[in-house]
Amino acid sequence: MDFSNTEEQQMLQESVQKFVYKSYDFDTRNKIIATEKGFSDENWELFAELGWLTVPFQEEDGGFGGSAVDLVVMMEEFGKAMLVEPFVATTVLAGGLISEQGSAQQKAELLPKIMEGKLQLACAYAEPGSRFNLANIKTSAVADGDNIVLNGSKTAVLNGSNAEVLLVVARESGAATDTTGVSVFMVDATSAGVSIQAFANVDGKKSAEITLKDVSVSATARLGEAGSALSALTAVVDRATLAVSAEAVGAMEAMLHKTVEYSKTRKQFGTAIGTFQALQHRMADMFIECQLARSIAIMAAMKLDGGEDATEKSKSVSAAKSRIGKAINKVGQEAIQIHGGIAMTEELDVGHLFKLVTAAEIMFGNTDYHTERFASL
Amino acid sequence: MNADFTAEELQFEQEVREFLQNDFPAEYREKVDAGIRLSKEELVHWQKILYKKGWAAPNWPAEYGGTGWTATQKHIFATEMGLIGAPEPVPFGMKMVAPVIMAYGSDEQKQRFLPDILESNVWWCQGYSEPNAGSDLASLKTAAVRDGDEYVVNGSKTWNTYGQYADWIFCLVRTDNSVKKQEGISFLLIDMKTPGITLKPIVLLDGHAEVNEVFFDDVRVPANNLIGEENKGWTYAKVLLTHERTNISGVPRGKRRLAALKRLAKNTDDGFGGTMLDNASFRTKLAELEIELQALEYSELRTLAALSVGNAPGPESSILKIVGTELAQEMDEMFVDLAGYHCLPFVPEQFEDGFQGEAIGPGNSAAAALTYFNNRKLSIFGGSNEIQRNIISKAVLGL
Repeated sequence: MDFSNTEEQQMLQESVQKFVYKSYDFDTRNKIIATEKGFSDENWELFAELGWLTVPFQEEDGGFGGSAVDLVVMMEEFGKAMLVEPFVATTVLAGGLISEQGSAQQKAELLPKIMEGKLQLACAYAEPGSRFNLANIKTSAVADGDNIVLNGSKTAVLNGSNAEVLLVVARESGAATDTTGVSVFMVDATSAGVSIQAFANVDGKKSAEITLKDVSVSATARLGEAGSALSALTAVVDRATLAVSAEAVGAMEAMLHKTVEYSKTRKQFGTAIGTFQALQHRMADMFIECQLARSIAIMAAMKLDGGEDATEKSKSVSAAKSRIGKAINKVGQEAIQIHGGIAMTEELDVGHLFKLVTAAEIMFGNTDYHTERFASL
Repeated sequence: MNADFTAEELQFEQEVREFLQNDFPAEYREKVDAGIRLSKEELVHWQKILYKKGWAAPNWPAEYGGTGWTATQKHIFATEMGLIGAPEPVPFGMKMVAPVIMAYGSDEQKQRFLPDILESNVWWCQGYSEPNAGSDLASLKTAAVRDGDEYVVNGSKTWNTYGQYADWIFCLVRTDNSVKKQEGISFLLIDMKTPGITLKPIVLLDGHAEVNEVFFDDVRVPANNLIGEENKGWTYAKVLLTHERTNISGVPRGKRRLAALKRLAKNTDDGFGGTMLDNASFRTKLAELEIELQALEYSELRTLAALSVGNAPGPESSILKIVGTELAQEMDEMFVDLAGYHCLPFVPEQFEDGFQGEAIGPGNSAAAALTYFNNRKLSIFGGSNEIQRNIISKAVLGL
């Protein structure tokens, strides 16, 4: 048994830390968010050069190996620095879906571009009434000669406004929540009938609501076989769920660190507030939460990398998301409370970490959803 | 033991209900329900409607134009206001500075300031917190030095709510550095138009600047704006802070929001063909909240009953503040939970008055996270919940 990072993982971690230290302080991040695009192309190119964009992919696809533990190591560091670049959207979600569901030809055409940083993608799966159920797809895909016509609404499409290609999850047959009949189509974001409402999420990442009205694509735009995409989508969203969980673990560690440091310097009643036992115990509880959160993220990553069956893998991801969600509320709220009013302001980074973990709690299913999913699997 | 209202009280309740139904403008009610902020003009307009009815100042004695209501009547009024979502008058004039002026101001000051507060002609803001004097308010540093008939004020204040609207500010200032910190504080009223005052908005996590920092740079204030005696300001401030803690339980607002949660849950898909009201864990949490709200309501009624037989409000109000704010924050989490993905968009401008663009997300779901962020302040301000627990430990438990 060995929970230490491998040499490669350590290099990956140091590579992210070095980048953050040199080029991603809080002010720089704020400036990036303020741009229309909402992320830095220059950073994205650098991520490609550093090889980060290959991390989620298998060696046979030209990737770094696709280890979930590697992904967790990286996402923790991203979380500490609150990176807004669309790593999860383009590589883990969309790249993952192409890798799981795409034909050999589709993979060969698209994956190298993603890993070289030359293609932005988004995965449009959630719908206004679907909540967190991946099978709840009402967007329709109807054959029209050699083409497929798509109609429907998509919500919470991460990177939706910057993507050149949208991976649209649509239903070819069956009722709204059936587990069969779901396919994924590659749609050029500039196609006629695609309208994109862009905005930034509370964590600063760009997202979009997308409407598809009689959008016609070639049948060759379908990833893999017709109606077979749900299990691939589930596996990929599980991986993305673990990624945001790990991101939250990193952000919580940063919040804990900042809270402890602040309590040592903030003086009230003539003494540092960190000397008050009432606050010491609460920070000790925050530490416990951070440790448990980290442990269960690692557990889920190891299970994803191991030989368990698909259900066991999903179950471990839900366990992680559920437990980390609980930690998010506790650690996030205490970080704000112990800082006091100053953490309510936009000027201090701790409030932004709080917003990041709040978004992470919701992404890909909130705590209640994953607790129930854990129980049902 | 009984918790019944008398026949007169029931009649009064009916009167209040009818007045609010008819006179609280429907347009404002819709805005409040949609999570849109009322503008300064709208708030003042509403306060003037209350003034015309003679109900602007439930907490004031009749001699100053208050209602002269009993504690139970005040409770009924606050309850009905909360249930319908009508905003309470902005507290800084009516609930904070006015009681201090009544208790310690000169006759000249009473005549000069109180009528305009009552009629909502003048908007007041607070100047007590400072960047380094939060929970430890008495350590404040903003200095006022006497120079002839004037004080010269230098320093800064923070968490100044709606200072951008304010005509006047009441300030705690340090007038003596040589004594114990509580003994060198004075209470000064300052016209916001005085040269040397600048305001810097503080944008909070919800993207809105409802608070400000206020800077004083050689601000000359007439000495007759001093309340009471020099260096007695801390005693006066304690009166003000007690008044800050009245009606803080928020039970009526809680009831209104609970009803809204139930309605919303019934209209929110659970993603599996049902609604969130059928979702077992959501139902359980909703029930727990409702039960907690009932326990809080009866705690408030017990406090009220003690008040009506003439007992002074005790440290029990700290219970109401702690439980009331934590309950409100739990409700915020429930709204976030219901909204799911739809609370992620950060588009604060769509909840500002006069927004013309295309709204994002169904209903006001995108307000849920913003409110969750903003309401973290509830357990921090008005004496943080840690300070409230200190009060209970010391004043109630004798620790």
